[in-house]
Parts: sequence; structure tokens; C-alpha cells
Amino acid sequence: MGTSGPGPGPWQTARVEEVIEETRTAKSFRLRLATATPYLAGQYFVVRLTAPDGYTASRSYSVASAPEEPASSIEITVERLQDGEVSSYLHDVVVAGDRLELRGPIGGWFVWRGDTPALLVGGGSGVVPLMSMLRLARRLGRSELVRLVVSARRPGELYYAKELPGPETSVVYTRETPAEWPRLAGRLTEDDLRGAMLPQATAYVCGSSGFADHVTDLLDKLGFASDKIRVERFGPSA
Amino acid sequence: MSFTRGFRGRGHTERNPGLPPGQYDVGSDWPVLTAEATPQLATSSWTFAVEGLVRRPVTWSWEEIHALPAASYAGAIHCVTTWSKFGVHFSGVSVDTLLAAAEPLESATYVVAWSHTGYTTNLPLADVTGDKAWVVWEYEGRPLEAGHGGPARLLVPHLYFWKSAKWVAGLRLLDHDEPGFWEVNGYHDRGDPWLEQRYQGD
Repeated sequence: MGTSGPGPGPWQTARVEEVIEETRTAKSFRLRLATATPYLAGQYFVVRLTAPDGYTASRSYSVASAPEEPASSIEITVERLQDGEVSSYLHDVVVAGDRLELRGPIGGWFVWRGDTPALLVGGGSGVVPLMSMLRLARRLGRSELVRLVVSARRPGELYYAKELPGPETSVVYTRETPAEWPRLAGRLTEDDLRGAMLPQATAYVCGSSGFADHVTDLLDKLGFASDKIRVERFGPSA
Repeated sequence: MSFTRGFRGRGHTERNPGLPPGQYDVGSDWPVLTAEATPQLATSSWTFAVEGLVRRPVTWSWEEIHALPAASYAGAIHCVTTWSKFGVHFSGVSVDTLLAAAEPLESATYVVAWSHTGYTTNLPLADVTGDKAWVVWEYEGRPLEAGHGGPARLLVPHLYFWKSAKWVAGLRLLDHDEPGFWEVNGYHDRGDPWLEQRYQGD
């Protein structure tokens, strides 16, 4: 069941080229890599912060940008967590021109290579690795291979709000919708996924553990084989 | 070593000596990280097997494995995603007990643990013998939840937690190393948290 992808190289220093505000609590960081590093859509990098006394803190962040050749820069999206030691540093301190230590890519399972049908289902910040896949599909001109269903609490909390909408994507709001939205606010249902079914698709589900369980239950009811479901759960990663 | 501009870190002056390098104490949370859908396994049809290089391959039912001498673990667990959790209690049966019943051959040096979901992970035999590994079905005195690997999971707490296969179905003894699911996907072959063996090449 394994599909090995590129593995992590040594730690390298990247330069922050741009900081993009995605939502009130999410920022993307475009990082120029010292060493061009191939990666696959869905993989993540580890960011390591080092204090003057040598103390370090590391956290993993999914890549949101589509793989490029050569991959000389990547974009990660970071949700600012309450009391998040690393995420709050990245949000409150880091500006363009800063240098960050990172290592990757990591993860050879939750990856999409751009050539097979894929159902992408993301909740909240779980959309990040799926955005890499969507961007790759669009760049390859293979949008017909992917369907992306994103669950967000309210309009202001949708990541990539300008770029994400398209014929191959749909957004489900759970608490509050934009004005005149065709669907009532509420949890993701079987109906929301039914319209996104593609023959022979592999499902990529990413979000909190509760979200992931809910979606895999729905997929099961829709007859999706469990060995065609790949899950990435976001635990608290402060 | 290069420092990160403006980063001082938090609370590390009182760093717990039980915390391996690069880990933080997650406190009372227990994050769930799984690559698959959570299976709902009925204990009525659940089995656990020891096979491969053994004199007597054995398969236990849920009732049979519960009839073996009980064993428990109290201590810490360490996840490769950098959280550690202290003061946890698991109970079940020692892997030593299971292996003793199956009588490993002299040639056995590695094991592959496999799960009812198809997940696999590899371990040197020496890492699951000598009171270092358990098959557990209770957490803090209550049945282990499905999300955390219930009805039963492997527990190898001195290695990163991906080695503690959820929904474990058995151990296969081998005379060679056979990388498992995460190990072929970029993670370290052994996974010792004190040596920070997180990824291939560490």
C-alpha cells in the first residue's frame, strides 16, 4: 500500500519572500529554498525555530503551492493556534526577508501525482495540502481529474477564497453562509459529496480528527472502498 | 547552529528531562494521527496471530488473549509529529508472553506488525522483547477507543508511536528487515526518539 515519494534532505535555510494573509488566523509564507527540492502535492515540511540558548521548536506544515520543476520555492500556510509556540511566532514576528530553517519534503502516502482521479475533501486548515493538488491539476490542465469539497465555518474563514472557486470545487459552510448562498449552513452531508464522485477516484480527506471520521463515514455510506481513502488528520500542532 | 530572529521559545527553562529532543509535552490531549479511515472492529471476530519463524504459529481470539497473564505499562509515549504525552497507563498482555507461546526460531531477528486495516510496521525482535512491548486493550482503565487503535493496539513506547500499530492483528517473525508502511514512505527504519530518528537518513 505504500507509494514512496521524495524524502527529506538535510536542514536548509529558506528566505521568506512574501507573507500572505489568507484569513484572520491563517497566513501563507512563500519561502525561497537554498537548495531546489522536488516534492509531491500533499507533502509537508518541518519548520525549526532556534532560540539564542539553543532551544528549538519544530512543527510540520503542509505545502500549499503546486510542485514546480525545479522546486526552488514553496508556499506553506500556517493557522495561528491559541498558545501556539511556533505558529504564533510565524504570525506575529516573521516578515519578508527573514530566514527560516526547514526540512522536507515528508510523507509519501498523502500525495497526488497529477495523473489519477481524486476526490479531495478538506475541513478548515485541512484544505492546505489539497490546495497544492488543485493548483497542480489546474496547472497541468487536468482539472477534470479532481473534485474539491471544502468545509469552512463561515465565509471569512475560507482559505484561498479568491483562487479556490471553480467548476471543480464546491464550498460548504457549517455555521454561516454568504448572502443568497444556495445551501443552508450545516455539517457536510452525503449529498455534498455525491456530486463530487468521480469513477475510480482515490479520496484524500484532510482536517481535524472529528472531521476526518465524519467524512470517511459518509464516503463509506456512498460505497467508497476504504482502501481508496487516504486520510491526514490535523492534531493540535501548537 | 543559526538562531531564528526574535525567537526565544517558551517555558523551556523548566524542560522535563523525560522529553526527548525536539518533542513538546502535549499535556492532557491525545492527538489522533492515522493515515486510514478508523475501522470498527467487532471483538467477536477479532484475532491476534504470531506467525513466521516460530515453532508453533498461534492465533488468539479476544477471549483467549484476555486469559493470558495481564501486563501493563505506565509512562510516556512519543509521537514523531513532536508531541509527547506523560503519565499514560495501558494494559493488556506482554509481547514476551505471546512470543513464548509461539516459540520463535533462532533465526528470527525482525518482526513485522500488521493491522486489521493492512497497516504494517517493522521492528527488530529485540525491540519487542524483554518487557518493552505490549498488545493493549485498556487505556486508563477503560476500553481503548477505536480512534486510538481499539479494540487492541501494539504498544512499543520506547520508539516513536507509529511503531505502536493501531488495530494490530499480529506479528510475523522474519530473518531480515522488511520496512513497513511509514518506513517505505520516508520515515526512519527504527524510530528511537532519544536519537531523533524521525526520517530516513537521521
